[in-house]
Amino acid sequence: MKKNRTLIKRSLGERIFELFNILLMVLLCMIMLYPILYVLFASFSNAAELIKHSGLLLKPVGFTTQAYKFVAKNPMILRGYANTLIVLVCGVSLNLVLTSLGAYFLSRKNVKLKRPITLMIIFTMYFSGGMIPIYFTVKDLGLLDSYLAMILPVAINTYNMIIMRTSFESIPTSLEEAARIDGAGHMTILCKIVLPLSKAVIAVIIMYYAVSHWNSWFNAMLFINDRKKFPLQLVLREILIQNDTSNMMQMVGIGEQSMIGETIKYAVIVVSTVPILCIYPFVQKYFVQGVMIGAVKG
Amino acid sequence: MKTKQNIYKAKRGVLEEYKRDLKSNASLYIMVIPVLLFYIIFCYKPMYGVLMAFQQYSPRTGIWGSPWIGLQNFKDFLTSPDFGRIFRNTLTISLTSLIVNFPAPIILALLLNEIRQKCFKSVSQTIMYIPHFISMVVICGMIRDFVSDKGIVSQLIAVFTGEQVNMLNNANLYLPIYILSDTWQGIGWGSVIYMAALSGVDREMYEAASIDGCGKWKQTIHITIPAIVPTIVIMFILRIGNLLSIGYEKTILLYNPLIYEKADIISSYVYRQGFEGQNWSYSTAVGVFNSVINLMLVTLANYISRKLNDTSLW
Repeated sequence: MKKNRTLIKRSLGERIFELFNILLMVLLCMIMLYPILYVLFASFSNAAELIKHSGLLLKPVGFTTQAYKFVAKNPMILRGYANTLIVLVCGVSLNLVLTSLGAYFLSRKNVKLKRPITLMIIFTMYFSGGMIPIYFTVKDLGLLDSYLAMILPVAINTYNMIIMRTSFESIPTSLEEAARIDGAGHMTILCKIVLPLSKAVIAVIIMYYAVSHWNSWFNAMLFINDRKKFPLQLVLREILIQNDTSNMMQMVGIGEQSMIGETIKYAVIVVSTVPILCIYPFVQKYFVQGVMIGAVKG
Repeated sequence: MKTKQNIYKAKRGVLEEYKRDLKSNASLYIMVIPVLLFYIIFCYKPMYGVLMAFQQYSPRTGIWGSPWIGLQNFKDFLTSPDFGRIFRNTLTISLTSLIVNFPAPIILALLLNEIRQKCFKSVSQTIMYIPHFISMVVICGMIRDFVSDKGIVSQLIAVFTGEQVNMLNNANLYLPIYILSDTWQGIGWGSVIYMAALSGVDREMYEAASIDGCGKWKQTIHITIPAIVPTIVIMFILRIGNLLSIGYEKTILLYNPLIYEKADIISSYVYRQGFEGQNWSYSTAVGVFNSVINLMLVTLANYISRKLNDTSLW
């Protein structure tokens, strides 16, 4: 087959198109990467020189790791990291348990109440009570200012559950029937047969949930007032959006403050994004798989 | 008399069936209880909370104790001076986003699909997916920095306009900033689903076509594009359904009072009215208004697409 393709001659027009196409992709990749590189370079730059510098940054100006030293000394960032990790680990565990239970149920056949329950679940994808009723629900449960407020309201993502269901449905029923004859209950079938056969989709789901926990800030902003429980993204918001680097720089003189504030911003971006970007190339294929499984059933 | 008995029997039959089902699947139903609890507590209870839109709600008295005022909140919203502004902004931003950011990943997927160098293709895909995984707070922090008066984008723009200003304080520049940063973040990841559809196309079709004398362009029109039309339709329906629910996270992180005129949208308004103004009932009403329109839009889009080409969500 491969021989065939090379045998067919490509016209000049096609060659020109191919060349342009490749150049365009290279350009696009550069546009995608440059902002990230800029932040990286700026974070290692000397604050005073960076302010004077204009135009594109192609390497750090006046290399220094000063900004990172400030970030490492800052208790809020460390706390934020710890809080995010706590929420992430507990949250993803709960996500995984509930999502696989639900997906297992939705993938069963010959269950009378499956249809109404499915409808009840799908409906929530198209209609929700909205921000304020959800806030009051969480408040009435007494969850404000607790880690649970960042975990329970997002315990299941319906879309993820449907991805998982689609994958569960593709497991041959003969396996389950055999287990059933041997007297296995639903819990045993789920834990001993379905889950071990769905490692790929479980990996996908874990990533999706982990990224959403890592990146989430809005629920925390609504539900968490106690600064000791701020997740990393909320700390970042203070520094990046509200421009509040003052609590990081009590040990610097006023003149230096405004300058170093600039590079600190870049350093916190790097520090908070690097974990994801480091893991990402290794798990990228799982993310793509997830989209593909989801695409089968929309 | 006989028929009545039959109906009775049939009814009993159905009941029996359910009973038998509950019995034989008891452990399955027990497993699903925690899932149902989640949906009841965090999805359906808030839907019940929507009732506060028809009340003068006060957190102290709750839904049971607050006075009912009917549609007053909705009337207030529709007649308020804010309505025109936020409705117009929501529509402008989401329609522009639909026009720019809906086709962009499709075009990217088509172009990527034409690249023969496997290695180059997968490297560029990997690079283009990266921005999707950066958190919204960081993205907005970067945007704010890049378009600030000393930012890199402002510097580049200043080459043409001659003046370097904080672009986020200029209401007219908000739309392009919002849309283009969305393109930057979403184009790569958005193309994944189309790449998946494209990878399903049989290679032999292309070979057959080129033997029949079809050039690249004709192959694209007659083979490649038809292969991804169903995916495009599904994505389009979803997109239409979300027309009025554009990301409030990004809006809240990016806007400032100077540019509310162009940047404020329905959901950010709900947030401000609720959490900053404590107008709980009013903001819930605005949210309900938004949700109901969304639900109608997605139903309509689904209906039209089913009529036109048998592709639908449900």
